[in-house]
Amino acid sequence: MMIKINIAANIVTKPILAESILETGALLNISQAHFDPTRGEVVAEITSDQFRKIKDSLVSKGAEVLVLDTPISRDEEECVECGACISVCPVKVFSFADDWGLEVDSDKCIQCGTCIKMCPHNALTLGH
Amino acid sequence: MVKKTIHEINGKIRDGSVNVVTAEEMVDIVGELGAEGAAKEVDVVTTGTFGAMCSSGVWLNFGHSEPPIRISKMWLNDVEAYSGVAAVDAYIGATQQSQSKGMDYGGAHVIEDLVRGNSIDIHGISPGTDCYPRKVIDTTINIYDLNQAIMLNPRNSYQKYNAATNSTNHTLHTYMGALLPHNGNVTYSGAGVLSPMHNDPNYETIGTGTRIFLGGTQGYVVGEGTQHSPAAGFGTLMLKGDLKEMSPEYIRAATFKGYGSSLYVGMGIPIPVLNEDIAKATAVTDDDIVTNVLDYGIPSRDRPVLRTVTYGELRSGSIDINGKEVPTSPMSSFKKSREIANELKQWIRNGEFFVSMPVERLPRDTACNAMKQTNANPHVMDIMSSDVTTIREDAGFHDAAKVIMEKQFNHLPVVDSGNHLVGIVTAWDISKAVAKDEHNLVKDIMTRKVVTANPDEAVDVSAFKLDSNNVSALPVIDSNRHVVGIVTSDDISKLLARRH
Repeated sequence: MMIKINIAANIVTKPILAESILETGALLNISQAHFDPTRGEVVAEITSDQFRKIKDSLVSKGAEVLVLDTPISRDEEECVECGACISVCPVKVFSFADDWGLEVDSDKCIQCGTCIKMCPHNALTLGH
Repeated sequence: MVKKTIHEINGKIRDGSVNVVTAEEMVDIVGELGAEGAAKEVDVVTTGTFGAMCSSGVWLNFGHSEPPIRISKMWLNDVEAYSGVAAVDAYIGATQQSQSKGMDYGGAHVIEDLVRGNSIDIHGISPGTDCYPRKVIDTTINIYDLNQAIMLNPRNSYQKYNAATNSTNHTLHTYMGALLPHNGNVTYSGAGVLSPMHNDPNYETIGTGTRIFLGGTQGYVVGEGTQHSPAAGFGTLMLKGDLKEMSPEYIRAATFKGYGSSLYVGMGIPIPVLNEDIAKATAVTDDDIVTNVLDYGIPSRDRPVLRTVTYGELRSGSIDINGKEVPTSPMSSFKKSREIANELKQWIRNGEFFVSMPVERLPRDTACNAMKQTNANPHVMDIMSSDVTTIREDAGFHDAAKVIMEKQFNHLPVVDSGNHLVGIVTAWDISKAVAKDEHNLVKDIMTRKVVTANPDEAVDVSAFKLDSNNVSALPVIDSNRHVVGIVTSDDISKLLARRH
C-alpha cells in the first residue's frame, strides 16, 4: 500500500524516518521525497501487515501518516485524450490504445502527482 | 490528367454521389490506385486538428445600455477584454489571465463558458462623454444576450510545429507542457497525417474564403495568419466562425502550469481533389512530415535544434536524443482530430457542407521576421563581475568564511578538482554552520543545485532566473562549467538605476 508521510517544520531536521525504520524493522520503499526548511513530504510503499507499526512509530515522533488508497483518476468529460500525461509519468500509467484513446493503468500509479501538473485540462486528480 | 471543378464536386454533394475520405484513409487509396486513380475516385479529402491554439479570441457586441456607455476598459469574469473599439464591442483573447484567479482562469475559460451558455459577469468603465454619459456598467450576460460572438483567431492551424525538450537540470513549465530535466521528455503538437495545411502544402484550395470546420460549426479562412511563414513549412491561417453555433466538444479551455491559459480549438479543412497533384499531396504521411526538436532550456528566440524528427517518430512514443531513448507526448489530441475529419466527412456526405475555392490565394513567400529592437539589450557579460573567487569543495568552512570576509561579497561558487562548478556557498550557509556549531567542509554546507547564467544571456533572462528561483546571485559559467563571472541582483539593480 502507498502512504504519504507529512513532516512538520519543527521536526524536519530530525531523522525520524530512519529512527522509525530501525525501530520497527519495516521496509519502507520511498518513491517520492520532498524536503525544505518548512516541511517534508514522503510518498512510500509499505506492506499492509507492516503499516500499523510504522504508522504508530512515525506518529509518535510527530509525523502525520495518510494512506493513499485512491490512485490517479481521470475525469473523462474534461479529458481530451491528448496524451500530454504520457511522457512525464515515471511508471508509465498512461498509454495510447490502438484508436489513440487514452488508457490509464492506475494499478501502476505511485501517486506522485506529476501528471496532474502536466494535464492542460485539469482532468486528473488524486483521491486524497 | 484528371481535372475536376468545385461545381462538379458540389453537384455530387448535392445529389449524394460524392466520395469523401479522410486524409488518413487517402494514404492507402493513393498507395493502391496511384495519384491519378485516386483523383478519379475521390472527390474530397477531409483533415482535422485539435490542439492548443493560443492565438484565439472572440469579438463580442453587447448592445447599448441605458444610459449609453462607451466602454474604454472592461472585464469578463475578471478577465480583461480589449474594448478600445467604438462603444460596446470588445475582443477577448484566449491567453489573457484573470485579475483575481491568475493563471487558473483566463480568456479561454471565458470563451468556453460562453460556448457552454454559462453566465458571465461584466464590468466596464468609461471616462464619460456627452453622447455616452455613463461611466460604469456592471451586468451579467450569457452568449444568447450578445448581438454577435464572432470567433476570430489571428493565427491558427500551424502547418507543423516544433517539438520541445529541455536540457537544463530543472523542470520547465511551458506552453508545450512540463519539460523534464536532462531531456527527460519531448512534447509535440500537430495532427501529422491529418494536418490541414500539410495536405495542401501549395495552398491550392486553402485560401481566403475557404469554408472549413471550426469549433463544431462551419467557419471560414480569413486569409493567412500572423507569422505565416510558408517557405519554412510554418504556414498559419486566420480563421473566423460564429461562436454561438460552436460546441464545447471542440472549444475547450486549457491551463498550462506556469504559462497560463490557452484554447484547444477543433478545426478541419476539406481538400477538394481537383487533380492528381492534389490527390498526391493528400497522401502525405506522418513519416513525410519533418520538424525540429528544440531545446527550450535555452531561453532565447533562437533555441538550438537538437535534431530533426518526423511525426512518425514522434508518434511512435519515444525518440533518440544523444543516444538516450526519450518518451514523447503529444499536446494535441489525435483522437479528436480524427473525430473532426470524420464529422466533416459525414457533413459532406449528408449534403450539409459544400466545398469552396478561395477567392484569394495565400501568400507563399512571406517570412516571420524577428522583432526590430532599437534599444540596447544588455547581456550578462556586460554587467557581471569577472573578478570572481571560487573555493574547492573539500576546503573547510572556515576558509570559505575567510574568503567571504576578505573579498566582502556574499556568494562563493564552489568547484571540484577540475575547476567545474559543483555548488555555491553564501554567508548565510556559513552563519548556519556556525550557529549549529558544526565544523564541516564546504561540500557539506553548500547548495548543490546552483542556478547559473551564460555570458551571452540577456540580462532580462538572468533577472527572471533570480526572481523565479528566489536567489540573489548566479555564477556565470562557460560550456565546460568553468566559472567566468558572477551576476548578482545588485548588478541588475545598478543597471536599472543607470537606465532611469
